[in-house]
Amino acid sequence: MRFRFDKLGIVIAVLAVYGLLASPFAVLKPNRILQGQAKTVLEALPPLAGGVLLAGLALAIVIALLRAPATLRLIAAVGALAGLVLAMGQAAGFLTPDGNTYARVSPASGFWILLFAFALLTADAITRLQPPPWLRVLFLGVAAVAIGLLFVSGSWNGLSIMKEYAGRADVFWSEAGNHVKLALGSLVAASIVGLPLGVLCHRVRWLRASVLNLLNLIQTIPSIALFGILIAPLAWIAANVPGASEAGIRGIGTAPAFVALFLYSLLPIVANTVVGLAGVPRETNEAARGIGMTNRQRLFQVEIPLALPVILTAIRIVLVQNIGMATIAALIGGGGFGVFVFQGIGQTAMDLVLLGAVPTVALAFAAAVVLDALIEMNSRVAKGGRAA
Amino acid sequence: MRFVPLLLRLLLFAVLVSFLVSPDTFEPLLRPLVDGGTPAIYNQGSLLSLTLQHLEIVFAATLAAAILAILLAILVTRPFGAEFLPLSRSLVNIGQTFPPVAVLALAVPAVGFGAKPTLIALFLYGLLPIFENTLTALQNLPRSVTEAARGSGMTAMQRLLKVELPLSLPVIIAGIRLSVTINLATATIGSTVAAKTLGEVIIAGLQSNNLAFVLQGGLVVGALAVLIYDALSALEAMLSRRLGLR
Repeated sequence: MRFRFDKLGIVIAVLAVYGLLASPFAVLKPNRILQGQAKTVLEALPPLAGGVLLAGLALAIVIALLRAPATLRLIAAVGALAGLVLAMGQAAGFLTPDGNTYARVSPASGFWILLFAFALLTADAITRLQPPPWLRVLFLGVAAVAIGLLFVSGSWNGLSIMKEYAGRADVFWSEAGNHVKLALGSLVAASIVGLPLGVLCHRVRWLRASVLNLLNLIQTIPSIALFGILIAPLAWIAANVPGASEAGIRGIGTAPAFVALFLYSLLPIVANTVVGLAGVPRETNEAARGIGMTNRQRLFQVEIPLALPVILTAIRIVLVQNIGMATIAALIGGGGFGVFVFQGIGQTAMDLVLLGAVPTVALAFAAAVVLDALIEMNSRVAKGGRAA
Repeated sequence: MRFVPLLLRLLLFAVLVSFLVSPDTFEPLLRPLVDGGTPAIYNQGSLLSLTLQHLEIVFAATLAAAILAILLAILVTRPFGAEFLPLSRSLVNIGQTFPPVAVLALAVPAVGFGAKPTLIALFLYGLLPIFENTLTALQNLPRSVTEAARGSGMTAMQRLLKVELPLSLPVIIAGIRLSVTINLATATIGSTVAAKTLGEVIIAGLQSNNLAFVLQGGLVVGALAVLIYDALSALEAMLSRRLGLR
């Protein structure tokens, strides 16, 4: 038998070798804004740590290249990721001159390339293992705990992004709360309005086209414009409707952001409710009618359970989209992680941008994994029900 | 009756063009939205040239995305690249969770301010729908047709170019349509990192509390999105008819 390398392994090996040998691992900057000096892996780490990291990564690359079992590949990938992250913390301590509180150490392109290469290997190993939904959520939980431990342990405290955090820890958590409230709150509001509207559109044919067209039109207005357009009507309501401003409705800030996210969320929810209900087999509906179910019973006991996977898909789309779009709320004073992103862009302090961008990406990713698992579990139930 | 929607679109197009060519004629319409001395029409640059630059960025990014996405989808559906198929699926899934603002902001340290980070973000966002649609189309071709092509002695390359791609074209165009619509809106965010797009008008409006600016920027982008979406839908329907799929 002829020996063959794993094709993805070759891609990962090329990326990893490029990241290790041809790009800088960390940057040492004299302060948070100035350009810095790039350092390679061996320059950025004490000799022993650098050697251990190189050897560990080389082993992981070899495992990726060989057609090893998926479990072994997963262990190698996760080990490599953990090694990289810990080495980055080490590099911060090693590079920062003693007693210098202005100097900043940030990850450089090589670190990101390596992180990407081994994240690719992790994703591939997990895809090959085809874990059941609950196990994927467990993997996510383990990753979250590991990242939590990393921050609690303080091994990253020397890095620039954590120094940005340390300076504004209170604001960070309150903006995190704002972000989640905006994204989740508008989703809940849109579900409360969108689900009944979807059912109505399914039952009343002439309503369907006009509602969906209107919601489609809203989607074409760019988010920053919609946020801005809503400022005026909300300011008017706050000034003229008694009790509105006490309820937190204002022209700028959270209210227009909330309403904009709500409006964007309606289309996927209404459209998927209609599609899901239309996909319920005619025989099933007739059987339900035949055994004497009322319209209401049929809706709640037959149609909605069968349409649930499609409706959940809409909720996944909306949640991931809202988490991303909530960053734009910061432009109109609505808070959220976008505050750090736009402050960072304004000050050209890229570590501050990271402080806003990384949690947003992590939040959206976690939401996608959890909801994908939910969808898969529900479509199994729906399919099992149909087969039985 | 059938001509009403077409007529509405032509009207929208006419209004859009006349607004861009001579925005001042529309001044009285927007005047009530602002206080006495404030300008009601964007005055820090030409709306027409901003619109053209906006379209240029979206077009360039979507074109590059379409080329790469279609090539990748072809690769993973050939026997040679089949190994990458499951991974490419999960990557597309993961890629969609990256928020546009984050991609834009993270591209700045790598390429600097201006049009480049916007091009990168739009390119990445454009990839996903086109890749997904091309993949679906190539995988769901009617078996009878692909077998017939094989039976008639076509080589793999001939089958791809003469049978598989033409048959997939309507679905690929649907993916491109989705990418363009998303990118038209996302390009406005590019102005937060100093790209020349219609976002400049909106952001100028947000900063100076000028509702007229926000509205005209938003509506121009909205109108462009509607018109381009409809044009591509029409193209898609025409191709489907020609292929006898509908």
